[in-house]
Amino acid sequence: MTTTRDDAVLGYDEALAQFDPVMGLEVHVELGTATKMFCGCATTFGAEPNTQVCPVCLGLPGALPVVNAKGVESAIRIGLALNCQIADWCRFARKNYFYPDMPKNFQTSQYDEPIAFDGYLDVEIPAESGEGTETYRVEIERAHMEEDTGKSLHVGGSTGRIQGAEFSLVDYNRAGIPLIEIVTKPLVGAGHRAPEVAKAYVSALRDLLRALDVSDVKMEQGSMRCDVNLSLRPKAGEDPTSDAQLAVPMGTRTETKNVNSLRSVEGAVRFEVCRHAAVLTSGGSILQETRHWHEDTGITTSGREKSDAEDYRYFPEPDLVPVAPDAAWVEELRATLPEPPAQRRKRLQGEWGYSDLEMRDVLNAGAVELIEETVAAGATPQAARKWWLGEPARRANTQATDLVTYADQVGLTPSQVAELESMVVAGRLNDKMARQVLEGVLDGEGGPTQVADARGLELVQDDSALEGAVEKVIADNPDIAEKIRGGKVQAAGALIGQVMKEMKGQADAGKAREMILAKLGAA
Amino acid sequence: MSDITRLSAADLASSLASGELTSLEVTQAHLDRTEAVDGAVHAYLHVAGESALSAAREIDGRRAKGESLHRLAGVPIAVKDVMTTTGMPTTCGSKMLQGWVPPYDATVVSRLKAAGLPILGKTNMDEFAMGSSTEHSAYGNTANPWDLDRIPGGSGGGSSAVVASFQAPLATGTDTGGSIRQPAAVTGSVGVKPTYGGVSRYGLVALASSLDQAGPCARTVMDTALLHEVMAGHDPMDSTSIDAPVPDVVAAAERADVAGMRIGVVRELTGEGFQPGVQTRFDEAVQHLVDAGAEVVEVSCPSFEYALAAYYLILPSEASSNLARFDAMRYGLRVGPDGVAAPSAEQVMAASRDAGFGDEVKRRIILGTYALSSGYYDAYYGSAQKVRRLIADDFAAAFGQADVLVSPTAPTTAFRFGEKTDDPMAMYRGDIATIPANLAGIPGMSLPSGLADEDGLPAGFQILAPAMADDRLYTVGAALEQRLLEKWGGPLLDRAPDLTTARQTEGA
Amino acid sequence: MGPRRAHRLARMPDLSRDDVAHLASLARIDLEPQELDRLVGELDQVLGAVAQVQEAPIEDVEPMSHPMPLVNVTRPDEVRPSLTPEQALAGAPLAEEQRFSVPRILDEE
Repeated sequence: MTTTRDDAVLGYDEALAQFDPVMGLEVHVELGTATKMFCGCATTFGAEPNTQVCPVCLGLPGALPVVNAKGVESAIRIGLALNCQIADWCRFARKNYFYPDMPKNFQTSQYDEPIAFDGYLDVEIPAESGEGTETYRVEIERAHMEEDTGKSLHVGGSTGRIQGAEFSLVDYNRAGIPLIEIVTKPLVGAGHRAPEVAKAYVSALRDLLRALDVSDVKMEQGSMRCDVNLSLRPKAGEDPTSDAQLAVPMGTRTETKNVNSLRSVEGAVRFEVCRHAAVLTSGGSILQETRHWHEDTGITTSGREKSDAEDYRYFPEPDLVPVAPDAAWVEELRATLPEPPAQRRKRLQGEWGYSDLEMRDVLNAGAVELIEETVAAGATPQAARKWWLGEPARRANTQATDLVTYADQVGLTPSQVAELESMVVAGRLNDKMARQVLEGVLDGEGGPTQVADARGLELVQDDSALEGAVEKVIADNPDIAEKIRGGKVQAAGALIGQVMKEMKGQADAGKAREMILAKLGAA
Repeated sequence: MSDITRLSAADLASSLASGELTSLEVTQAHLDRTEAVDGAVHAYLHVAGESALSAAREIDGRRAKGESLHRLAGVPIAVKDVMTTTGMPTTCGSKMLQGWVPPYDATVVSRLKAAGLPILGKTNMDEFAMGSSTEHSAYGNTANPWDLDRIPGGSGGGSSAVVASFQAPLATGTDTGGSIRQPAAVTGSVGVKPTYGGVSRYGLVALASSLDQAGPCARTVMDTALLHEVMAGHDPMDSTSIDAPVPDVVAAAERADVAGMRIGVVRELTGEGFQPGVQTRFDEAVQHLVDAGAEVVEVSCPSFEYALAAYYLILPSEASSNLARFDAMRYGLRVGPDGVAAPSAEQVMAASRDAGFGDEVKRRIILGTYALSSGYYDAYYGSAQKVRRLIADDFAAAFGQADVLVSPTAPTTAFRFGEKTDDPMAMYRGDIATIPANLAGIPGMSLPSGLADEDGLPAGFQILAPAMADDRLYTVGAALEQRLLEKWGGPLLDRAPDLTTARQTEGA
Repeated sequence: MGPRRAHRLARMPDLSRDDVAHLASLARIDLEPQELDRLVGELDQVLGAVAQVQEAPIEDVEPMSHPMPLVNVTRPDEVRPSLTPEQALAGAPLAEEQRFSVPRILDEE
């Protein structure tokens, strides 16, 4: 324990021995619409600065917003998938505050009339027994529509961060991109598993949004961003869900902004638990403030203090008319919802024939969708599982990221994995070569075929070369050959190894074995 | 050439169609008139001579080729400086936007261009349309052509003054609480605030989004109708734009028949607080309508008592938010605070907004910020929105008894410069008769009822109609205009002073 | 979160100089001392007049935010041409690297 307020932390178990954590998660999702929320500008990620702006999203005098119909549709579908009520009438509101990356100096958002409210999402975490899973119900307070801000580049100073910068350069391409903000109710009763629940929730939400096909949910590109609210209250016993515990008033919360990976969500909850506990046990009190998460060091630091000065002066947006979704339309949208994730998992486990343990590994790796798509592309479920949970999962783990994000980064697709497997099935690669090809793909050398070609990895299909090698090895090892002739078939393994060596690995071991046995009359 | 500038837009249109006149001649005549009188009137912030002449030549060329053109093609027009125009500055009468040339045209401006009306220039206004006298323009006062020491009304004093001083036959205006109708009233011209949503707001620099409405300014009811028709219509760029056919205002102006119509006199908008000469002309005008076959009923709108209070909460609230975008980051004035070496964005915003906004704008922004702030919202903004409902309900009830409602447009004739600048509430009270229509979103017209006996200055007659019944304004207005013209023996504006001999104001 | 306002009826508005200074900072206007002094008086006068709305018979009246009862005005999710960067930046007080150049920003929102 150090002496500065920011650094003082208590051990996690020690903290949990005294306190009960309460979380609130606010997730912002950028919708994958073709155009912005209130104007027809494109939303392409990574475009040249200020090329996707118009009078509306630049906040030019006189410009007026018009709602993107797809934005409303996506918001309703998200609300329905989160088991929310859909408002039969709601309005946009202006949230007034000044900030240079917000062109109108108000954000068009929703205030006390969100389009979706009162829902829940059931998330699964591994059971503590190690067998199967436990379900935690995350209550959703609301999901509402709003717009994103521009992006600032801070110039000057040493760190490139906002502090110390001499000036900033603003690109408004992102300004006005549709956002859905999904706010949970206070999450109570998770006890010491709070960090896991937080991570599982964000992960489940991401899976759900991807299944809805409303967003590309790329946390590393900022299309899904998470703010973590956390407070501690005194522990009232061992059961975090007991009535006695739930009756304890909640403590002062902090809001940690921009926690933008699954790991960080878990880390930020854990860190804030430990930090709050240190402050509280040393007789201090928690400051209600915004905190910044540092992905590199895994800590949060103090940001802006929340004060009365923060007065957003919300009022109904007069430039937009109310949204009143027709009940029949809402039902139509409900019919487009994908299968609920939990139900789907159960179904997929059955279809794929995975054991509970295998399914759990797949879930933990966040590989369900990847495997599903790989199977759809022609691989067997076992092969798909084997490849995804092998090297890609290992590398994702080393890089402190999750499998989906990692695959995105390196450009490994389910169809490539299926292609790899088909090369094995076709006898073009053996297992060891396939692993090398996969490594090549992960290293950015191209698709499986391309890597195999470039690295010269291909099983020799010409039987005469293999036959020559087999004959040579038999001639070199008369003793072993004799044993095999005598019926000790298992001795063939020693010869196969030598044949493979002769072939510099570029041979199908199964075929070599067949050939040896045939030549020695033991087949 | 001065004859040309005395012609109505309708007459100019006929002469252009028949080939008697060319748009180039007509446009040049108006530019010459501006050259002669605008030193005294100061109605324009920007005169776009070259581009107007080039647009005129283009129309003349197209007409020569036999192309079918809009009826008003070639008739020049002045545009209020609150509407965005490519190739011309748009300042809203504010230092904040000095020299700003928008990269897009307001929908209204696009429609004018598409119809082939050469744009003569941009007219003066109270800064960001906040005011009733045009004294709040950062670029100096506009004078009333009837008396150069008096206000031309506001916020659209520039537009009322250009038509009243024959610098343009037509002008555009915007009306948030009377900014088209009150200037028309005090200059002896005609102005209409259409139904909210009838004319696109896209490209009108917003004052109060739920109250603002653009409309036509002219010297006759028919000209006003012709311009109304060009400006109005559904615009997908404005979510509050009404997706329905524009009422046939031109046919209504032609009809000019009030026989059998019920005219409702609003009890709360007459009598006490209204200048005697204004009231007298109003009463006479009502009698003219009776003589023309209309039936007069008295209606009561008790909630109007609270209209001014509600308006001066809703307007500043919306304005405080609408004007937040003027922050020196993307366009407009940027200044740093005095004596700060490397000011932050925050400091530059605050210093620029202090330097760029005038007193009235600051006053209303602060008032609106207060009315919306947490803890006061229900008491102020929330209550005002409820009063607004009461006013709409009063109108609905009144229109159950009458086809149109009438009142004097403004309680007084034009006042002198400086008379009310130190007393904001006195200035605000001048909008008492025009504000209710904006709160309820209904259309209103002002046309001259004559000159007040005590000061010889024009008084205005206001007609209000139910939402989407803008045509009724024109039927009643044209009927009244006919009878008044007969009585006067010619247009009222013929009695205005000859400005070519007027003294030139300095540096206005 | 918790978007519910405290209902505090301000009967007699009594704006202090500090209140006005706070409002000016919320509205990002760097008022000079004499402007502040003048505004305190003017605002008190105006607020006294507009507070009249609270005397209207508004109990159980539905607030009216829009003059026309339109709902569900939307546009299809179809791309329209944007401005060129040159047009977008034409009015900028300062620009660099095709971006709007703004003074240093104090804190992250």
